Amino acid sequence: MKVIVDQDKCASSGNCVMHAPAIFDQREEDGVVVLLNENPPAEQAENARKAAASCPALAISIEE
Amino acid sequence: MSETLTDEATETPSGIPEYPMPRSPHCPFAPPPEVLALNSQKPLSRVRIWDGSTPWLVTGYEEVRTLFSDPRVSVDDRRPGFPHWNEGMLATVHKRPRSVFTSDAEEHTRFRRMLSRPFTFRRVEALRPVIQQITDEHIDAMLAGPRPADLLAALALPVPSLVISQLLGVPYEDAQMFQHRATIGLARYATAEDTAKGAAGLHKYLARLVEAKMDNPPEDPADAVSDLAERVKAGEISVREAAQLGTGLLIAGHETTANMIGLGVLALLEHPDQLAVLRDTDEPAIIANAVEELLRYLSIIQNGQRRVAIEDIAIAGEVIRAGEGIIIDLAPANWDAKVFPEPERLCLHRSATPNVAFGYGRHQCVGQQLARAELQIVYHTLFRRIPTLRLAAPIEEIPFKHDRLAYGVYELPVTW
Repeated sequence: MKVIVDQDKCASSGNCVMHAPAIFDQREEDGVVVLLNENPPAEQAENARKAAASCPALAISIEE
Repeated sequence: MSETLTDEATETPSGIPEYPMPRSPHCPFAPPPEVLALNSQKPLSRVRIWDGSTPWLVTGYEEVRTLFSDPRVSVDDRRPGFPHWNEGMLATVHKRPRSVFTSDAEEHTRFRRMLSRPFTFRRVEALRPVIQQITDEHIDAMLAGPRPADLLAALALPVPSLVISQLLGVPYEDAQMFQHRATIGLARYATAEDTAKGAAGLHKYLARLVEAKMDNPPEDPADAVSDLAERVKAGEISVREAAQLGTGLLIAGHETTANMIGLGVLALLEHPDQLAVLRDTDEPAIIANAVEELLRYLSIIQNGQRRVAIEDIAIAGEVIRAGEGIIIDLAPANWDAKVFPEPERLCLHRSATPNVAFGYGRHQCVGQQLARAELQIVYHTLFRRIPTLRLAAPIEEIPFKHDRLAYGVYELPVTW
């Protein structure tokens, strides 16, 4: 699995960190998404999918 | 009941139904039955609003998410065709400074990122001990006081108000006054004038607070108003814009959470098997899922999110023309049986398909992580500490907020 984020689209909702705190973080100053792990292990794949599905700004895409 | 709502059939001679539509008095938690009936036929249809115009009402879950994400859908309420809430909002459209609620695209992103810092997931997590302490203190006070108690006054209103004060950076000595001003416009019999006065007072207070923090920046400028003050100093925004953004945060973050607490407690008291799920667990994932389901089931932001099309948009076999108004209604989308089977059932173990209680798209609630943390802490702590909590009046006598932006209850008499 490969995770891709688009910081320009990000709306700082924090939903990605809520679902997958090992994969995503937010910038301190404005909450914009920071990708911690672009190739998450299999046991975190479901969390990554939930994060992508709940991103209100469609800023997360996943290549399975 | 609001004066604008009637129990009569709301269809006009032209066949286009009037909006907003009344809830059924027998199902106080459900979206208006006519809205659900519209959604069972088509995911979007035309309605008639107060000024006689006939914008689109969007009710289907997929269509709601699609249009919230579409850059051709604008929140700019100065554009012709924008379906205003009421005459007051139309009359003040050119007086209000632009804000995160009324700007699109890059302008919106600029405002939004100014506000996001205190609401990141990890910042909110760090605030949990404070929320827990404020919650416990208010439950202590309620238990020490007379029975029955009004849960709104004892818990639902003060907790979010004190939390948002903390987050905005309102000094502790001003918190009482701040809470009073923030609440006065929310009272049941508040006039439009009271509401306007309350908002103006807060705006003035926040403008002064911004200026004070510009003169004396705190050592650890972690609060929202200090953040805005820094941006005023840097020339990014004016004091007036900063105060408008701060007032917006306060009102959005205070009334909504208070209503979710009051209405959520009532819904749980009416569903004791579901209340038990929340009370009898310490598992954060179960508590979090329970709150998502309450957010879905109650969908308190009523009467639709207002937008206008800036280009023609083809969707679900219809074409929304450029310049036509769009009203995106959250509750029917969260009760769309195609996505949430048996939507009328409150089921705290329901699998967590993302609901749209906080909206969707780039305008989705900026304070949603804070709201989640507050609701998780307040519901769980309340029912854990007062397992015998019960209504002190028949549900038929509970006054509901049919006439407010956010649905809820004005009072909730409880005993134990």
